Amino acid sequence: MTAQQIIFIVISAATIVSALIVVTNRNLFHAALALMASFLGVAGLYVLLDAGFFAAAQLLIYIGAISILVIFAIMLTRRLMSASEPSFNSQWVMGLVASVLVFGLFLYVIIQAWGGAVAQTFPVLQAPMEAPGIADSIRALGAALVDPNGYVLPFEVASVLLLGALIGAIVVAQPEKKS
Amino acid sequence: MSGIPLTWYLIVAAALFAIGLYGVLARRNAVAILMAVELMLNAVNINLIAFWRYLTPDRPIGLAWALFVFTVAAAEAAVGLALVISIYRQRDSVIAEEMDILKY
Repeated sequence: MTAQQIIFIVISAATIVSALIVVTNRNLFHAALALMASFLGVAGLYVLLDAGFFAAAQLLIYIGAISILVIFAIMLTRRLMSASEPSFNSQWVMGLVASVLVFGLFLYVIIQAWGGAVAQTFPVLQAPMEAPGIADSIRALGAALVDPNGYVLPFEVASVLLLGALIGAIVVAQPEKKS
Repeated sequence: MSGIPLTWYLIVAAALFAIGLYGVLARRNAVAILMAVELMLNAVNINLIAFWRYLTPDRPIGLAWALFVFTVAAAEAAVGLALVISIYRQRDSVIAEEMDILKY
């Protein structure tokens, strides 16, 4: 086992354990803190995948913005979730069965399609190949985002979506005026 | 053999997605459901970036998709939490089962 593999296993174990805390902890505030830990683990996986820009974006957008939004929402609605109230609905067993089945299906497909004999045939699946352009990938991404033959239309649509979400969030969260 | 096989990333992402799915299905609090949705979006992003790194490192397809997932996740969190707060103001509750005005 190489050092890289050990780092990967530690980071992903931390990510998955904190994700489990997110969905099982009764205390929503602790769940939100575990969510931040989980996001941090995912950022670590991005670093292992040579996507440093996305690790930074993960820190800024998920840990910096979305987690804070979630914590604000929890605090604004807090007193409702007292300790006595159940935090899972009546179908949680069915939910557990469904998600375990989905995970089993994914595992089966992953092993069938990418593991075992397939991975032996294609060395690129065993370890990421040397890619000299990897350091310039962010420059390529930036160029592709404004390239008419690339992603300029989805890019513009994304900016309109963000504007719409901004205005929509303000309008929806506004207290109703008494007439 | 050294380095990390692609399947490891896919399995971690699948586990994260399944955990998020369980949270969406089983939680009662709407904010907790939104948190689980964020976990699922993160799992998708891991897959996109892992496939980009292993299969097309010379073309930024996976990166562009991951960037759009980031954007959509941010928009979803903002609007979703605004909705939760609005519903809390009107009905004094953030329990998903009690948001049933549209049913009657």
